[in-house]
Amino acid sequence: MARIQLRDIAHSYRPDPNRPEDYALRPLDLVWEDGGAYALLGPSGSGKSTLLNILSGLVRPSSGQLLFDGVEVTDRNTRERNIAQVFQFPVIYDTMTVFGNLAFPLRNRGVPRGVIRERVEKVAAILDLSNELGRRASGLTADAKQRISMGRGLVRTDVAAILFDEPLTVIDPALKWQLRRKLKQIHNELKVTLIYVTHDQTEALTFADHVVVMENGEVLQQGSPQELFEHPAHVFVGDFIGSPGMNLLPCILQDHVALVGGQPVTLSAHALDAHPNGALILGIRPEFIELADPGEAAQVTVTVTDIEPLGGHQLIRGRLGEHEIAIKALPEILVQIGETLPVWLPHAWIRLYSDGRLVN
Amino acid sequence: MSFVLNRVESVLQSQRILHPIDLILQPGSITTLLGPIRAGKTSLMRLMAGLDKPTAGRIIDNGQDVTSLDVRRRSVSMVYQQFINYPNFTVYENIVSPLVVSRRLDRKERDRRVSEIAERLGLTKLLKRLPAELSGGQQQRCALARAMVKESRLLLLDEPLVNLDYKLREDLRAEMKSLFRGSDRIVVYATTEPQEAMMLGGQTCVMREGHKLQDGAALDVYRQPADLQTAALISDPAMNFLPGSIAPATGGRGISLDGGGVLPLPADLEGLPDGRYTFGLHAAHLRLGRNDDATALPVVIELAEINGSATLLHGRHHDRPLLMQMTGIYEAAIGASAVLAFDPINLYAFDARGSLARAPRFTTMLPSQVPVGEVRHGAHSAA
Repeated sequence: MARIQLRDIAHSYRPDPNRPEDYALRPLDLVWEDGGAYALLGPSGSGKSTLLNILSGLVRPSSGQLLFDGVEVTDRNTRERNIAQVFQFPVIYDTMTVFGNLAFPLRNRGVPRGVIRERVEKVAAILDLSNELGRRASGLTADAKQRISMGRGLVRTDVAAILFDEPLTVIDPALKWQLRRKLKQIHNELKVTLIYVTHDQTEALTFADHVVVMENGEVLQQGSPQELFEHPAHVFVGDFIGSPGMNLLPCILQDHVALVGGQPVTLSAHALDAHPNGALILGIRPEFIELADPGEAAQVTVTVTDIEPLGGHQLIRGRLGEHEIAIKALPEILVQIGETLPVWLPHAWIRLYSDGRLVN
Repeated sequence: MSFVLNRVESVLQSQRILHPIDLILQPGSITTLLGPIRAGKTSLMRLMAGLDKPTAGRIIDNGQDVTSLDVRRRSVSMVYQQFINYPNFTVYENIVSPLVVSRRLDRKERDRRVSEIAERLGLTKLLKRLPAELSGGQQQRCALARAMVKESRLLLLDEPLVNLDYKLREDLRAEMKSLFRGSDRIVVYATTEPQEAMMLGGQTCVMREGHKLQDGAALDVYRQPADLQTAALISDPAMNFLPGSIAPATGGRGISLDGGGVLPLPADLEGLPDGRYTFGLHAAHLRLGRNDDATALPVVIELAEINGSATLLHGRHHDRPLLMQMTGIYEAAIGASAVLAFDPINLYAFDARGSLARAPRFTTMLPSQVPVGEVRHGAHSAA
């Protein structure tokens, strides 16, 4: 297990990068603690696979240093780094038994037989494979095969970290939550550094204690699921996390209020100190907007353009001035298209962004 | 003017694909075919398109029997899961291709139609590109534009968003809804996701293993599912089921849940006779409770699944899974104990055969009537 440090790491696939957009990965400094559960989350093309390949040793960064427990490994290959990887598709030997597959990485390293048996049985128990150890791997389901792939990363006690690259892609949607649970249990029990790459917010937020959100080769935020939800550091994070994402409303700060679509919204004094005047983006999540009764005075009014009844809640879509806004509400609240809704934007939940970045 | 499936069924190589299905589709409507894989959604669409012939039953379009009419003589377009475009054609050429083939319009009119649909799908600036130069979302927009440009009577969409990232899926789903609005075509949309059926509104036809379980307005099916299977399929997260019975108890009749306490019988269930029932409860109607709550359900936590703005708690109550959904982000350790509780007025009752015996009555309220402390003005506080 290792503490992983990325020191001013950057990568470009071009021979002579000079503009920021020439970089698949822009310069970044990060520290991942030993035994942590981390996720790299971003859309395709965000640089998360490049970062993963730098960690595993498949790609040498154009600049910067990679350190495991303080020792530089930038020029070491995957094997020398002791990194285990689990890919999108199960990589197993169909002709071997489940036991043989799990034992393979240990046999390769000349681990004594008794130790192999003990280790394989322990990992098999965690992965619910104890009863399958004698079976040939070829006849197993996709999720059992993927559990074996995970197990092969876990049997070694000397790995610095295990990297997962979209490991649930081939898993039946109905079974996914059980493997998510497995992964969390593995982390709880073995305290191994796990790094999980995905474009899916549910995978990332369910699995990781720390989520690294990436876009355009840049790390926009690293934080707990709750921090990403409540305090997105960037408008991209606000939009990308949450379904639907944060409402991002252009506003003008003026005399202690934010003018949104021509309507005044009061802000906390703290927010005003941070950014006294000018054009900003006001962010507020659909979950935090509060409805008032029809006809009641409220902060702003929203004209309802569409209603999506989703069962457990309804999503009200509307316009605040010229801006689109989404509001989550209980299904029992009667709303009609075309209606003017009085709503409150509680200042505790308002976030302000300048040039895309959080200012309050 | 309607499109009618009359006892349509399908057997392929002595394998039963579809059991007899009746369905009526109206012009200007969206109908979702909702069900898990192998429910028969794609097979049913192929029959509607005329790509396959039903083994029995009739298809009546606008009063005319079209059961044996070839696909080329029907007015139908289809969009598939995979982004299917001509790789050597530009986006413009892809979109215009159905109009060129049909040769009914002159060049000027074709250009007008293409630019209109490209505008609505945000493709105007991409018309000269090749599909390989587009993102997944743009490729599927292109396929969608090609299907829509013909203005065919029947537009069939077979899980068109399933291969897109969730953010793109969200955006395109919302766009599609407004795209279909105000046209008089018949849109049929297959999906495995209840939320998609609910969000698109309109009608839904819930299917499973070649059977039609129930059809109707999506929200009505959600509120009044005909049986346990439909209830499980139309709700996401799936509905919780608690077996128990209605029986005489001290101070009147009550509900006794297997392995749990006795609850007062809610008014909506009073008309039901004593006997065994399966009680249903939506995940959103469970909340964290205390041991002394009348409806306390002790659970062991299996996982807190976090989807970005909500947390789905997987719990195990005795040998039974329970799902609770909360707005906001909550962490919960695997193996920890918790107590869930609920308000009995939200219980559904299904009889011994699994048919709906009684659904809770749906009542509306004002924002100010939302109980304080639980949910204020429709917005939970995650703080």
